[in-house]
Amino acid sequence: MHPAERTTPIVRTLLAAAAGLAVIGCSPTPSATGAAPLAARVPPAVSGEEVATLTAPPLVPPPITRTHPTKVIVNLEVIEKKMRLADGVEYMMWTFGGTVPGSFIRVREGDQVELHLKNAAGNTMPHNIDLHAATGPGGGAKATLTIPGGESVVTFAALNPGLFIYHCATSPVPMHMANGMYGLILVEPKDGLPKVDKEYYVVQSEFYTKGKYGDPGLAVLDMDKGMDERPTYVVFDGSVGALTGAGALKASVGERVRLYVGNAGPNLTSSFHVIGEVFDNVYGEGGSTIAEHNVQTTLIPAGGSAIVEFVTEKPGDYVLVDHAIFRAFNKGALGMLTVTGPDNPQVMNPVKAGLTPAGK
Amino acid sequence: MLLVTACMVLPPGAAAAQATRAAGAVAARTVAIPAGAYRPLYGADTARVRVPAFRLDRRAVTRGEFLDFVRADSAWRRGRVRPVFAEAGYLAGWPGPLDAGGPADLLRPVTAVSWFAARAYCASRGERLPTTDEWEYAAQASETVRDASRDRAFRDRLIALYAAPAGERTRPGRGFRNVFGVEGMHGGPWEWTEDFNSVLVSADSREAGGTSRHTDFRAVCAYAAIGASDPTDYPAFLRYAVRAALDARTTIDRDGFRCAAHA
Repeated sequence: MHPAERTTPIVRTLLAAAAGLAVIGCSPTPSATGAAPLAARVPPAVSGEEVATLTAPPLVPPPITRTHPTKVIVNLEVIEKKMRLADGVEYMMWTFGGTVPGSFIRVREGDQVELHLKNAAGNTMPHNIDLHAATGPGGGAKATLTIPGGESVVTFAALNPGLFIYHCATSPVPMHMANGMYGLILVEPKDGLPKVDKEYYVVQSEFYTKGKYGDPGLAVLDMDKGMDERPTYVVFDGSVGALTGAGALKASVGERVRLYVGNAGPNLTSSFHVIGEVFDNVYGEGGSTIAEHNVQTTLIPAGGSAIVEFVTEKPGDYVLVDHAIFRAFNKGALGMLTVTGPDNPQVMNPVKAGLTPAGK
Repeated sequence: MLLVTACMVLPPGAAAAQATRAAGAVAARTVAIPAGAYRPLYGADTARVRVPAFRLDRRAVTRGEFLDFVRADSAWRRGRVRPVFAEAGYLAGWPGPLDAGGPADLLRPVTAVSWFAARAYCASRGERLPTTDEWEYAAQASETVRDASRDRAFRDRLIALYAAPAGERTRPGRGFRNVFGVEGMHGGPWEWTEDFNSVLVSADSREAGGTSRHTDFRAVCAYAAIGASDPTDYPAFLRYAVRAALDARTTIDRDGFRCAAHA
């Protein structure tokens, strides 16, 4: 018997239905005329094509010097692998590009992004991607569900400039996010961002594990803690200490520093602060314009971002924290910016230490 | 069909003996699952679905068993199978179309088989793939109870089993034997079901088949948790997401199957 004869009519119907599924969107069916409402933006025509330079945290791809929109190909691969969560603690991370947070993507307003999402052949789970920068059902999630060994492609127009979270949105989404599937995509405004001396990529996120903070070995996800919003770890750039010691961010005295800061959650809102600095500029909630000057602590919602800028006036260590301070002290939400260069005593100068009782 | 042939060529006594042996082999290979009810992750409502008694393979079909099948039916050999029935990765891990590897490999669950091939295999035994209801119903059993689906510790075990690297999941004997006597439903590869694509969990997990279990495209837009009977059942979400990501031609090296039969 030929294999075709073994498929039942139901099967053929299902196949036909599956073929139809691809074209059925999530949002209400567009009007029969197919005409877009007048207010809808039309992406600009693009010229040329390039492959996006992606970077691992805490690095950021170089600023875009192009003055026209183009087609940008982004190649992102999902990799599930054991990674360090803290000293002596490993975790089976699900990653975009092999790091947590995932690769930093940088495009320009108006670009036509062609995103290739690969799911590594050795992985166990299907994955997809929802880019908050993308306009359309699911932010691309519907179009990118990808089995291990597979690759999906979605194109989208980068209509809105700003700094956006991307993350996996495959069921169950809290688990995929709790396991490390998030990153940032920057859509530079048409005219670019003002030039700075240093740019860094920082994402705050939580891990929910069985047992206590620092318990050695392979930590595993604790869904109850996740549902109760009681994280075991709150970290910058994917692990305790990722941005301290050898991983510390670096700048010289007098440099303008820009931090692209995301908060992946999955649950907590971040009170982002750099100890010993005041943010000269904050692009609030990751939008494209400076919303506020002279900010001490900026709120970053889960699934949101902020861009902060400041000038380093004095050498020393500056500590990045979530100023919900138990998170910094006991859960890992600490990073370091080490500033080197000539001292600047007019800015701050230790005059007398109070380490001995007065009068002695 | 085999038994009919045997009856024609063997003396009556021998045929009866062989039939008895064959029935015994089926009994050893499969497990009787008693009728019962379970609560599907996605349902028309949160009502329990009644599952009639059926038989289910004790273990996932092995490479060795599948090798016998493709030896007997050349249409399902790698290189011969029609592309419409299987992707290029069909049986990709095998050294050759009629070579499934060494003795240890023959005991591993067969993977990289399409739904069509899995179905054809079961049909060659006079059996079928289990329905999703049957599979999920049998799979909610732990070693000691028939329904452990609400047991947090059981769920945690499943998540840990699922998180293992793909290579580990195709080792023979992964997982546990549940109270029905079925082995490896959670520790082994993902498994095809007859109606794997009839529960339309959207590709975007936050949208889900909310109101209908069957082909209700309007329902694809609700938030996943809204359509789910128990939004805390993460292992079930994972299984349904895997099924939603497959199509009938898909061949991945972590997807196998087992067969079912009527009681």
